[in-house]
Amino acid sequence: MHERRSIILDVGVDAVFHTILVFSIFLLFAGHNAPGGGFVGGLVAGAAMVLLYLEGGAGRVAESVRVEPVALLGAGLALAALTAIASLVAGNALLESAKLELDLPLLGEVKATSALPFDIGVYLVVVGLVLMVLRTLGAEDGDGGEQQP
Amino acid sequence: MVVLVSGVGVLVLAYSRWYFSPQPGLGRFAGTLTAFAGSMLGLVLADNLLALYVFWELTSVTSYLLIGFEDRKGSARAAALQAILVTGAGGLVMLGGFVLLGQAAGTYSLSALLADPPSGPAVSAALVLVLVGAVTKSAQVPFHFWLPGAMAGPTPVSTYLHSATMVKAGVYLVARLAPAFATSGPWRPLVIGFGLASLVLGGYRALRQHDIKYLLAYGTISQLGFMFVLFGVGLPEATVAGAALLVAHGAFKAALFMVVGIVDHQAHTRDLRVLDGLGRRLPLVAGVAAVSAASMAGFPLLFGFVSKEAAYDAFLHSPLGGAGLVLAAVVGGSMLTVGYSARFAWGAFATKDPAERSLETVGPEVEPPHTGLLVPPAILAAVTVVLGLVPALASSLVYGAARALDPEVEAKTLALWHGFNPALVLSVLTLAVGVAIFALRRRVSRVQEAVPAVPSADGAYRGAVSGLNRVADRVTGVVQNGSLPVYLGVILATAVVLPLPALVRSPAPGDLLVAESPGQLAVAALVVASAVGVAAARRRFPAVLFLGAVGYGVAVLFVIQGAPDLALTQLLIETLSVVIFVLVLRHLPDRFQRRSVWPLGGAARVAVAGCVGVFVAAFAMVASGARTAPSVSGEFLERALPEAGGRNVVNVILVDFRGFDTLGEITVLTVAALGIFSLVRACRRDRDPDRDPDRDPDRDPDRDPEQPPGVSHA
Repeated sequence: MHERRSIILDVGVDAVFHTILVFSIFLLFAGHNAPGGGFVGGLVAGAAMVLLYLEGGAGRVAESVRVEPVALLGAGLALAALTAIASLVAGNALLESAKLELDLPLLGEVKATSALPFDIGVYLVVVGLVLMVLRTLGAEDGDGGEQQP
Repeated sequence: MVVLVSGVGVLVLAYSRWYFSPQPGLGRFAGTLTAFAGSMLGLVLADNLLALYVFWELTSVTSYLLIGFEDRKGSARAAALQAILVTGAGGLVMLGGFVLLGQAAGTYSLSALLADPPSGPAVSAALVLVLVGAVTKSAQVPFHFWLPGAMAGPTPVSTYLHSATMVKAGVYLVARLAPAFATSGPWRPLVIGFGLASLVLGGYRALRQHDIKYLLAYGTISQLGFMFVLFGVGLPEATVAGAALLVAHGAFKAALFMVVGIVDHQAHTRDLRVLDGLGRRLPLVAGVAAVSAASMAGFPLLFGFVSKEAAYDAFLHSPLGGAGLVLAAVVGGSMLTVGYSARFAWGAFATKDPAERSLETVGPEVEPPHTGLLVPPAILAAVTVVLGLVPALASSLVYGAARALDPEVEAKTLALWHGFNPALVLSVLTLAVGVAIFALRRRVSRVQEAVPAVPSADGAYRGAVSGLNRVADRVTGVVQNGSLPVYLGVILATAVVLPLPALVRSPAPGDLLVAESPGQLAVAALVVASAVGVAAARRRFPAVLFLGAVGYGVAVLFVIQGAPDLALTQLLIETLSVVIFVLVLRHLPDRFQRRSVWPLGGAARVAVAGCVGVFVAAFAMVASGARTAPSVSGEFLERALPEAGGRNVVNVILVDFRGFDTLGEITVLTVAALGIFSLVRACRRDRDPDRDPDRDPDRDPDRDPEQPPGVSHA
């Protein structure tokens, strides 16, 4: 595997990886008003992980993403569930949205709804799932990926 | 009841402190016992039928854990399983009854239900169902067998659950419902029938036991039957007597079980043929036991006497037809009670005649117990004596409880001495015959041995359980035969056949639009060609690529239709699916298997595939024309911005309108991820190079990402 590593892929992936991640976070936050959202954002981030995997196998993924997939899955699910329950605690129906509009310096007017943490939870679960798949199915045979096209 | 649950609970916890030697799992035991006490309190305090049901099952579950505390012993596990199966099944039946009752009354509130009881055949059926629950929980004949089995649990558990609290849940339920429902339908004959049968059979069986703990267990069944009769009749006087008996029984039976625990703890046996002369070694314990057993037998000056007197009195003055018969049975059962009470006290502590004991006995070498073990039963015995001498002390408790159950109860005070009346005569008669039964115990046991054993309910239980297991085995063998093509075939055939009637009945679609633009046609042609490619491919890798092409084509169609969210999701999902497929393909042979696993070969596969394809297409066409309700999308579009503060309606649906669905879906995703993880782990562990490709890991990953949350309803 390593002797057949493509320099173009290496450099290209390194160049776009962080950009893709930032884009995925943009999608996550923009999702409430424009195409995007937690699920799509998570998939884009997952695609970035896949690129890392293509570059250097499961080892490369583990090297760059130090978080345990299980931790992401758990955190995401917990965040979403807590958001759902929080509106109950506040006396509203389950998952009812609450709005918060802030006038922050520099950023101007910022609007946040309680759906955002929920969406972040979805994002984390999706990323966790992709990482889990890459780690488990991809990690066999040492570094894996010998028969990659 | 609250006093009973909490008071006995505290004493049992204190007792457990000295009963158990330090051992692992004790913390778990304490936690479970406390949880049990909590659920029991909840059960007693709940006003909502469904809440009551939940607490009811919670007590079943915690008692399962408590009976099976010694989880290394197979017999304890079997007993725990038996207890939870019987009480759990009864609880489910009861839930059915509750639902019927709640639907008939229009409310699930117990107090509202009792204030205005519904009637009708549905209510009669509901009451029978509820009674089944009560009967199983309170170990009444014919479901009594689990209670002696539950004696496998540690003695503090038996003390608390199987004398003072849990088994009284059924009695409690009967007591709550009786004032309102006693007159309706099958209630009285059923309750009184179950109660009397248990009263007599329990007493009869108790006389036969050699293990003093089992003796008490059968005695408990008998006493619970007594309470069933008293409460179930639904008459004010009987209710008062029942409440008094409930308190008295809680006190003396808990004390007796604790005494058994002490004997077991110190002498390491509970066989009354082996125990010999223990009374001289443990005079205090014997004293407590004697007082409590005498109270159980109904000797004067003890609280048990007061309650039994009240019970006799209630039936003597009952306006009910057949009261005399019930009274006779109650008196008969009480005679047996006197008999086994005496047998218990004698068996545990007396110095025995050589003819009545086994060759090796335990006695003189038994050490006195720790004071901590003795104090709780002593307190209970003291309660028995004090309340017996001055019953007025318990009056407010007993009458308060009875009035809460039945508002028609008149306030009186319990008294020790009612003067010479028929009830007193009956009491004396009971004691006399009971003592006679004990005195003639050898003859009685000979008679009991001569009587052929009735078919035991325990055997029926075993038969039912093993039969169920066999059926389950058979069904699993047929349904889960392990062939993926068969599974898929069944799933697809079901998906086609079930909606078929609806499809046939729907009106034919009206004007169908072939395409809105030539672009759509071109993309559709590409999708079709790729799909054919998937089916025609001989090798796995091209098949996967064709599958990806189908997905991308559909994504393009979404774009043309103006659904960027959907298209974006579809695109990403397809990409990831292909990658994951490839990861899995590394472990599979390059080419598809030629040999068909499908019973009918390729023809059947083609037929199923064709049917599904035609059906889905037809269904899509018909469904879009068969709308009867207005579309929700308009409403969603209107509400998205003002209510959820988002302009992207797809996202708003996902995180707000249908947020609960999304929550469920990400839960599924998490479970799927964990499933992949453990499957791959398991496969890697017992990897053998010859049969490398396991079927499972290749199904899971490709299926899950293709069901993104929200796409189905977006």
